[in-house]
Amino acid sequence: MTQGTQSIHRETFVLNLGPQHPATHGVLRIKLTMDGEYIEDAEPVIGYGHRMQEKMGENRSYAKYLPNTARLDYVAAMFNTHGYVCAVERLAGIAVPERAEFIRVITAELNRVASHLLWVGAFLVDLGGFTPLLYTFDDREQILDLLEATTGARLTFCYYRFGGVCNDIDDDFVAGTRKFIAHLRSRMPMYHAFITKNIIFRKRCEEIAVISAETCRKFGATGPVIRGSGVAYDVRKLEPYSVYPRFNFNVPVYPEGDCMARYRVRMDEIEESLRILEQALDQLPGGPVMAEKVPRILKPAKGDCYFNVESARGTFGVRLVSDGTDKAYRLKLRSPCFSNLSLFQECSRGLLLPDALALLGSLDLVIPDIDR
Amino acid sequence: MEEQTEVPQGLIHFAVLDKALDLARANSLWPMTFGLACCAIEMMATGASRFDMARFGCEVFRPSPRQCDLMIVCGTVNKKMAPAVSTLYDQMPEPKWVIAMGNCAISGGPFKFPGQYGIVEGVDKLFPVDVYVPGCPPRPEALIEGILQLEKKLTGRRRWPVASAS
Repeated sequence: MTQGTQSIHRETFVLNLGPQHPATHGVLRIKLTMDGEYIEDAEPVIGYGHRMQEKMGENRSYAKYLPNTARLDYVAAMFNTHGYVCAVERLAGIAVPERAEFIRVITAELNRVASHLLWVGAFLVDLGGFTPLLYTFDDREQILDLLEATTGARLTFCYYRFGGVCNDIDDDFVAGTRKFIAHLRSRMPMYHAFITKNIIFRKRCEEIAVISAETCRKFGATGPVIRGSGVAYDVRKLEPYSVYPRFNFNVPVYPEGDCMARYRVRMDEIEESLRILEQALDQLPGGPVMAEKVPRILKPAKGDCYFNVESARGTFGVRLVSDGTDKAYRLKLRSPCFSNLSLFQECSRGLLLPDALALLGSLDLVIPDIDR
Repeated sequence: MEEQTEVPQGLIHFAVLDKALDLARANSLWPMTFGLACCAIEMMATGASRFDMARFGCEVFRPSPRQCDLMIVCGTVNKKMAPAVSTLYDQMPEPKWVIAMGNCAISGGPFKFPGQYGIVEGVDKLFPVDVYVPGCPPRPEALIEGILQLEKKLTGRRRWPVASAS
């Protein structure tokens, strides 16, 4: 230290957050270097939820691995199954009946609404408000009732099969979904009144943890995180799959890049999903829900393929390499949460610890999806 | 010799106190907020509006192991996580109980395959388990049933009639 320059003595300390901490939504560990209440560096340590998903995809046959895809991102399990099933179908050249594609879109969008509702509740718990969780779970249970009657599971659905879906939906499901759409639309003003306009919530979220579009691009963040930073990136629009091009829906975008923007994107997405659901139910065609002559033991020809779907958390991608046997030679899963987490270290620098937890909550992480 | 016969009579009084304590413990179990994987979402659902664990005096989720007496192991424990889970169990004060929720915590569940390198095949390899709740993931009703079984283990009788298949 040269004479004359005034240097304030700064002392930092290391704070260990997790792996058991309610704000980390599971088993994420963050090594924080703190300067008082401010974060100097935050290093995420992952791997506490590693479950060998990719290795298992190479050790089991395609059909045997299928139920495990629902355990990747278990809050929005339909999308993982959708990505995997579509990748295998592309590899094996299986055509899916139109009705099955519609049912896939309907169930996936229902799951997106359920996932966002759970996120709103959990995010508010992170910020210290417990009550909204009880309201969002009440609505979420109604979706789970509908899905359970058709798919047989509440959380880890294995509903999509190679070539279609395993059960046809009945009139009760269609009537129930219509009733639910009307119900949730009537609840949205209530959510906006007691969450969006809540002054404590707004002070915890507005202009907190601003993420620029450039940072999102740098780290490959997708989903509501990049849409909350002003980039209208949505796989359903840019790389359409299934029957999404037939529906009229918007991609909600907010340019602010703060926690509030990410919250608003998700709330708007719930309403857009309800619009998609309504159109899909109106246009629902008849016919079979399963392709004919799908071989019991799939042996796709040599080759590889990649398939993207827009999960509730961002782009979920599956890369499959087949060597002509009944098991995949290589399975690579691109999980949205991993990319979304990777910007945390850069964006949390200089934040207060409670604000960093607001940022962590607004990224909507599912830890076993990061660790796979 | 007469003095010796008085001692067991004193013990009987403690046994009555123990029974009263057990009744109190069974009706106010404090579980730990500790989600590992998929089953944690069902545990949240059990605590939330529809299933409402508060009906059974079991809703005070504590984030700190030092304030809990019930550990619900909900999810896969892998080899990196196992020391942390064991530490959490050791940090809980006596008396303490463990519910293994879901197939992963019971035996490894769907993540067990020949040549697996990552997971602990059953949380009972780390510490004793009182109640096993099977399912992948178990329904919230199943977790509530597990808690009722734990209460029965504590007090010796069941507080709620067994559900009949009607």
